[in-house]
Amino acid sequence: MIKVLGKQVVTGFLPALLIGFLVLLFDPQEAAAVLNVDVTRGNVEPLPIAVPDTAPASEATTMIGSLADIGINIASVVIADLTRSGLFRSIDKEAFIEKIGAGSMRPRFGDWRAIGSQALVTSHVELESDGRIRVEFRLWDVFAESQMTGLRYVAPPQNWRRVAHLIADAVYGRLTGEKGYFDSRIVYIAETGPKTKRTKRLAIMDQDGANHRYLTNGEDLVLTPRFSPTRQEITYLAYYNDQPRVYLYNIDTGKHEVLGDFPNMTFAPRFSPDGNMVAMSLAENGNSDIYLMDLRTRRVTRLTTHPGIDTSPSFSPDGARITFNSDRGGSQQIYVMDTDGSDIKRISFGKGRYATPVWSPRGDLIAFTKIGNGQFRVGVMRYDGTGERLLTDSYQDEGPTWAPNGRVLMFFRQTPYNERGEGGEMSVWSVDLTGYNERPVTTPFEGSDPAWSPLMSR
Amino acid sequence: MKMNGLGKRFLTITAASIFLAACATSETEMETVTETETMVPVVPAPDVMQTPLTPGPAPGTQAHLVATVGDRVFFEYDKAELTATARDILRRQAEWLRNNLDVEVVIEGHCDERGTREYNIALGDRRATMARNYMIALGISGDRMRTISYGKERPVAFGASQASWSKNRRAVMVVL
Repeated sequence: MIKVLGKQVVTGFLPALLIGFLVLLFDPQEAAAVLNVDVTRGNVEPLPIAVPDTAPASEATTMIGSLADIGINIASVVIADLTRSGLFRSIDKEAFIEKIGAGSMRPRFGDWRAIGSQALVTSHVELESDGRIRVEFRLWDVFAESQMTGLRYVAPPQNWRRVAHLIADAVYGRLTGEKGYFDSRIVYIAETGPKTKRTKRLAIMDQDGANHRYLTNGEDLVLTPRFSPTRQEITYLAYYNDQPRVYLYNIDTGKHEVLGDFPNMTFAPRFSPDGNMVAMSLAENGNSDIYLMDLRTRRVTRLTTHPGIDTSPSFSPDGARITFNSDRGGSQQIYVMDTDGSDIKRISFGKGRYATPVWSPRGDLIAFTKIGNGQFRVGVMRYDGTGERLLTDSYQDEGPTWAPNGRVLMFFRQTPYNERGEGGEMSVWSVDLTGYNERPVTTPFEGSDPAWSPLMSR
Repeated sequence: MKMNGLGKRFLTITAASIFLAACATSETEMETVTETETMVPVVPAPDVMQTPLTPGPAPGTQAHLVATVGDRVFFEYDKAELTATARDILRRQAEWLRNNLDVEVVIEGHCDERGTREYNIALGDRRATMARNYMIALGISGDRMRTISYGKERPVAFGASQASWSKNRRAVMVVL
């Protein structure tokens, strides 16, 4: 039985390309499902899951290939997403006993139990009369023999990747109880050329590295891009005309504009949770303080006035507070203040220096870079400074950014140089909040300063 | 200038010959030649290395700044205070700017890799400003000197070592 419970227009960053809808495929037994993955424990045994190829309903061909090819691709992206989370282990399709066809309704659960699968994702793809593809999937609890969730997506064929990420998000969400994060993008700094004269370009890609493209041509130095939590915008630091200033970049139009008319360098920008403000540092006579700009009125408010360096502001998800980096106490430490600049409190008191505080989208934690013992390490602490945990251990790991669900972090890593200038490679990595499942994020060249987007469909 | 005997004699001849060519009719000089002629060594002369001398960097250029007073000062780790050595170089840079009044410069602030990116941009700005302010105090017009911070993005030395880091913690005067 398929019952339409709701209809959702899938828009997000590619509204013109993916205008589809999503419906829940309801199974009365769903409530009985007990299968669950605990994401709060590190080093959890990955859940064995079977994801057969998305079955083509016909031999039809679209502008980007046959339904069969699209189906194989969708399944492989779902498998890659789930596997990369570290929480799932995909069962090799060579082991499958039952062949899932487009007409299959209930799987033969015994066949899936026999190969050690605990969860099963079945799906099929059909061609609509208007040229779009319709993809339906169901997630099954193999032991309870029940459907856990089922959804239908309609999209232009070229958007098959987003459909795959949405399926992976739904599976992850149903099995972990947390929101997924696969339908998201990364903006980062692509680095090429010799270290003394590096070319740095703003680049954007899907969180799995697909659909990579450059947003700037590399003529000018660009650094520290940050995604808007609500719009198709990036704020970043650029050295256009040798004037380092904070810029706003519109991803849809490709237009960029300088933020404000400041006589001196502005840097270290970050959006407020509603996307309407940008907090940033302004340097004046050798002193950096934090300012807030309202993007609608362009009105600027000064938040800090200390002669120490105040930089790297990051908002709490409720927008009420800002965490930032300051050396006002003699060395780089992490502070928290109200968004009007009042009630400034230092929260980092461990050994060493602390930098780049970034508030978790869940609100409970602040991620940071810890400098000590000749290393940079990425860690997290509660927003009152307690419960510090270091997640990485390398030469220089810097600049964490949170996945939209607050369970995964990305950061950039530099290896040590030798005297001949060898080494010093910059790369982007991800790590689970528990400190496990550390993985390199593939980029075409070296990369740094990753910033995670919000979910594209919200 | 200290010279050995052979060199002195050789020079005498050369000087005398040139003088002779210029005033061939002078008796006095004829005598000089006669006197020194006997002193010409009979040992074979070594091959002479000849290197053309360029006029040197034109005043007011970056190369001239580097060759005459130095274009950079260095800082301690995570510090922007000027050391005695740095102040010394900045005084010479100020003097150089006084001698090259039509020159405008940008002072670049740089850091080593042991600070985070955003913090180092602030620290580099602080270093460049400290250097600029010191030269303003020495009487150089602020209109001739602007600053820019590159943080740790433009290293000149590599290697996870004190030697490399200390070269990267710098403020560099660049002639525009």
